[in-house]
Amino acid sequence: MAYALQQLINGISLGMIYGLIAVGYTMVYGIIGMINFAHGDVFMIGAFIALTAIVMLIGGGLLEGPAAILLVLAISMAFTALYGWSVERIAYRPLRGSFRLAPLISAIGMSIVLQNFVQVSQGARVKPTEPLVTGGITLMREGDFVVQLSNMQMLIIATTLVVLAIFTWLVTRTSLGRAMRACEQDRRMASLLGIDTDRTISLTFVIGAALAAVAGTLYLLRYGVIDFYIGFLAGVKAFTAAVLGGIGSLPGAVLGGLLIGLIETFWSAYFSVQYKDVAAFGILVLVLIFMPTGLLGRQDVEKV
Amino acid sequence: MSQPRKGMAAALRDAALATAVAFGLFVIMVGLRTDVAPSGALFLRTRWPDVALLCGLVFAGRLVMSLWQARPRAPAAPKLGGTMQRAGRALGPALLAAALLLPFTPGIGRYELDLGILVLTYIMLGWGLNIVVGLAGLLDLGYVAFYAVGAYSYALLAQAFGLGFWVCLPLAGILAAFWGILLGFPVLRLRGDYLAIVTLAFGEIIRIVLLNWTDLTGGPNGIGGIPRPSFFGLPFNMSGEPGTFAGFFGLEPDPVHRVIFLYYLILALALLTNWVSVRLRRQPIGRAWEALREDEIACRALGINVTTTKLTAFALGAMFGGFAGAFFATRQGFISPESFTFIESAIILAIVVLGGLGSQLGVAIAALVMIGGFELFRDLEEWRMLVFGTAMVVIMVVKPRGLVGSRTPTVALGERRAIGSEHVQEGRG
Repeated sequence: MAYALQQLINGISLGMIYGLIAVGYTMVYGIIGMINFAHGDVFMIGAFIALTAIVMLIGGGLLEGPAAILLVLAISMAFTALYGWSVERIAYRPLRGSFRLAPLISAIGMSIVLQNFVQVSQGARVKPTEPLVTGGITLMREGDFVVQLSNMQMLIIATTLVVLAIFTWLVTRTSLGRAMRACEQDRRMASLLGIDTDRTISLTFVIGAALAAVAGTLYLLRYGVIDFYIGFLAGVKAFTAAVLGGIGSLPGAVLGGLLIGLIETFWSAYFSVQYKDVAAFGILVLVLIFMPTGLLGRQDVEKV
Repeated sequence: MSQPRKGMAAALRDAALATAVAFGLFVIMVGLRTDVAPSGALFLRTRWPDVALLCGLVFAGRLVMSLWQARPRAPAAPKLGGTMQRAGRALGPALLAAALLLPFTPGIGRYELDLGILVLTYIMLGWGLNIVVGLAGLLDLGYVAFYAVGAYSYALLAQAFGLGFWVCLPLAGILAAFWGILLGFPVLRLRGDYLAIVTLAFGEIIRIVLLNWTDLTGGPNGIGGIPRPSFFGLPFNMSGEPGTFAGFFGLEPDPVHRVIFLYYLILALALLTNWVSVRLRRQPIGRAWEALREDEIACRALGINVTTTKLTAFALGAMFGGFAGAFFATRQGFISPESFTFIESAIILAIVVLGGLGSQLGVAIAALVMIGGFELFRDLEEWRMLVFGTAMVVIMVVKPRGLVGSRTPTVALGERRAIGSEHVQEGRG
């Protein structure tokens, strides 16, 4: 029981990170109907920028405590957003109206570029960091087993909730959000009504990348070890989350993220750690084959 | 870019803007490098000159690009199309002749032959994947799984039952084709991009299983001591006895014999792949593939059986992947899951994409340039994938049909014309 509760806590905090990345996939899919294969690598870039900022600020002794973490988050979001914008501008915008697989192939290329750019510029070795946020509270004891909710996990959950609240406000209450939703429903009609669709799409990528940067920063703080390859697995899992929740649906992405996080954690806890990625990939396959609209998605109508 | 003409000032402003963005991109990721100190802590190393260099390159590049786009357009120059096409037609046979004669060219040693084998392996894989991606329009991101199935089938069959290479080769192909059908069957209903992700997932699942099923596959240690091929029963070794290759033909025993044999083996396998796909393109099934690539809904409306059409493409592509895998296993003598990662799939896909999605010659040239070209610059190894990725993006942006890609329909009503990429609107893949 205590063991399961601990897994639940771990699963939720992991799922929050997946959810943040999944929002980026689902937004882009909703608005331009393509899988942004490079999104996982944008997440990885976010983690690297956060790492550099941490080494600079905290290692340099400039700042400490919560203020430092907030600043690291802000730096990572700002610079990663620039990456998101550039990726769209370079690799996807020229391909509007090209054949269907072209943006996907371009996205795969972009993913390879980002990974190897980081490998060349930052080195292939893993980067370990000291944990910044330590301690926690004990929720329950059962014999020798202690159920802990660490401060880091609380930070992850709190940050994610705040960021998602801001994001929800942005999408539902601002004119930008309205423009985004309009583009999602019918891009050509939106542009006829005077919405700058290119700008809206760019901003979608910027927002998605900023959320991925939050995820990257939290991932770095939580796990403490990153390398240039983390984006691939995290990206596939977050994509699975987006599909599971129903691609195109924002609450679905968060829900899917939580589910994937929980499934992965419980699978590793009760079945086998070696095959935990198989669990995620297996869910992806099963969902796409049997339930392509996901939990909260809309039915796609195929038109000629 | 939107205005047809731009002045120098506008171009400069544009370039300055691009440079500002580039500065933002590179200032942290290139300018500051985190390194692990001997104590285990991280420290920063600054590299401002590199940032300045990159920003300068972006500025110059962007400026040249805007000026080039704003140049006054001359009336269309007389096209070089005719000569280019004639040159292209001669290029294939020329490459083939060069490939056939390579082992006997003076100055070609073991290293060059090994490189040739590597390039030919990728050409074969590219041609195999071309059936799936280029002809049938099904984007397969897990192609390396079939390569792995072929390699492991050969290794396990040869070790467990003592079967020779020539028995195992078709078996490996059949097994891989079987896996192709098995994996292809559930994904038939999926649209192009979903299909791509599912094949990626399948590829990774197979790799993880290979990695963890230690009893069968040896796990991360792989399988070693895989039997080397024999010349139709005559083994290659240095003893020179009558039962060996050198002894039978009365030659001086030389380790290069086996390399030459392997070279011709993969050349033959690659040519077989090419021959089969070129032939099949002219048959109803090949035409159905091309039709499927262009518009699946129209295909269905015309009564083409989409299920069998897709499955045959998957199975055939997988079969050639399996052949290549068996060859890889016998050539290396050792295989492990590390050889079958997603990156490998991405490289093969990149070759097909750069070759122009459907062009046989294009795939060969792309493999030659991207695999062979980079082997010549060994110290640039870590830049290779960067160039691969950039090339994929650039090709998609500039010439989505690939470098050699003008798409000639196999059947045409009346006059046969090449259709330029700008006129082809592709349906749902």
